[in-house]
Amino acid sequence: MKQFKGRVIAEGEVKAPALVSHGGLNTLASFQKALQFGDKKATCGDQNNPDLYGKQMVGTALCLPQTIGSTTGGLVLYCACAMKRQPACMLFSKPIDSLAAAGAVLADVWVDDVTMPVIDSLGDEFLDYVKDGMTITVDIDGTVTVEE
Amino acid sequence: MAMLLNEEQQAILNGSKGETMAKVMKTMVKYGEIFGAERMVPVTSKYNHLVTSFGLKAMTAVYELMDQLLEAGVTSGQKFTVDPRPIDKNVPANLLQKAIFNLAMYTKQEEYEEQLKKLGLLSDSSFTCTCYMDEVGNKPKYGEVLSWAESSAVVYANSVLGARCNRNSGIIDLMGSIVGYVPEFGLLTEEGRRAKWVVRIHTEKKPEAQLLGSAIGMKVMEDVPYVIGLDKWLGNELDDAACTYLKDFGAATASNGAVGLYHIDGLTPEAKQFGQSLILDGAQEYVIDDAELERVKASYPVIWKNKDAKPKLCFMGCPHMSLEQLKTWTVRVEEGLKASGNKKVVIPTVFTASPAVLEAFGKTEFRDRLKATGVITSYICPLMYMNNPLCKSMPVITSSNKLRTYTSARYYTDDEILAEITGGKN
Repeated sequence: MKQFKGRVIAEGEVKAPALVSHGGLNTLASFQKALQFGDKKATCGDQNNPDLYGKQMVGTALCLPQTIGSTTGGLVLYCACAMKRQPACMLFSKPIDSLAAAGAVLADVWVDDVTMPVIDSLGDEFLDYVKDGMTITVDIDGTVTVEE
Repeated sequence: MAMLLNEEQQAILNGSKGETMAKVMKTMVKYGEIFGAERMVPVTSKYNHLVTSFGLKAMTAVYELMDQLLEAGVTSGQKFTVDPRPIDKNVPANLLQKAIFNLAMYTKQEEYEEQLKKLGLLSDSSFTCTCYMDEVGNKPKYGEVLSWAESSAVVYANSVLGARCNRNSGIIDLMGSIVGYVPEFGLLTEEGRRAKWVVRIHTEKKPEAQLLGSAIGMKVMEDVPYVIGLDKWLGNELDDAACTYLKDFGAATASNGAVGLYHIDGLTPEAKQFGQSLILDGAQEYVIDDAELERVKASYPVIWKNKDAKPKLCFMGCPHMSLEQLKTWTVRVEEGLKASGNKKVVIPTVFTASPAVLEAFGKTEFRDRLKATGVITSYICPLMYMNNPLCKSMPVITSSNKLRTYTSARYYTDDEILAEITGGKN
């Protein structure tokens, strides 16, 4: 078991299995197919992301460095939240980027009945340590506990 | 840290202009606070530019939010341009592909365009990612503060025009324009515009814009690079050719990485004004020679099922082509066909540009000459075309590194593309 402390972007408590992307998450490429074709498990459609491609993102603790790609990224994340196809939480090793931040804020302010804790600045060691399937617990103060 | 709001901003946040406007202000304030912004600054450009141009069925939540804004009487304080339309009947597509476009994907297009008009769309022909072209007319001035999205337009406005804009997301772009303020952080600040990287160009020939941008983007990610040695190839004036080069170069830095601003020594406005004092102490260094560009090109994955498939379509113009580019490429295609002995292009080829640039091109002698080569012109967004799952499985080639990054399209250099479409030898 290991604990990491990050900054709270959107607060909440959650326990979920880890899903890890070592490269940046291209939000549009990852979510578009799932949102478009009614995939409630939000299977990642980004062929350029070998860590996530073909894996289900709903209900996971999505661990990543940052998001990349189109500036539609924030609104795609907002749509995923509005359609209840969002990860259980998003955990960033680096400081959050402007597109993911926009998605987190839009979901927080404009979607009433959804909670997606978002923590950033967890450090490179977090992404080195966490592996797919490990159990993640997020506390309200931004403490992230990773258990094998 | 809480942001210090002026009286007007605080009143809006407290609901002086209604609950919906208060939520818009709350969104912008929270967004800024994540990045340590201490205040909101006025948006000073004449027009805005939005990234969301497509009525994709999957984005229903966005259209519902737009309805919410309209019902509350909340619209953009500025007129705006918006990214290209996703469908154009001029672009080749088979019956099944068309059915997916019209019946499954862009079913909300008409409805969404109506919303855009009510919110402040500049005109029916304002759909392009290159809104800063003279023909389009949304060209911000040096130092103006923007609330734009569209990564290729933001990096161009910051770098080539010297305007100030963060890499905003869709919806945030519109909300900045609605409240008339954006949070001051990142590329809106003097410090945020200084370079954390020095890139030295040591190539023996003019580097391919899309390849050089890709190499730099992948290396520096979201940081600001200061590029030394490129003016040797581009000159020291921002003429049409240099601006076209920087359009394509910047789009590649922004899509292959997350660059929002670059400085070109001796060429771009801030580099000319402040020189190498823009480089931060301790900046990292990246040296690019021809071998490095070859290495980067060789690293691109080819995700076609059959890697040896014959290309079925070629897209040029992501971002949309300039008038100068359309003219230059008309001549290149003509010469390529002459050399290969072919009369028309041997692969269906689409050149994309803004409606306004296409209109201007249509008034030149080049339009009929390009048409005679078999090349199709369109205002479409190639990315939106390639998002169709049936198009995704097609072997499509492009010289756009942005299109390569986001889709299954395969990248070739300009010379290679010319050889492919004219049936000549590279």
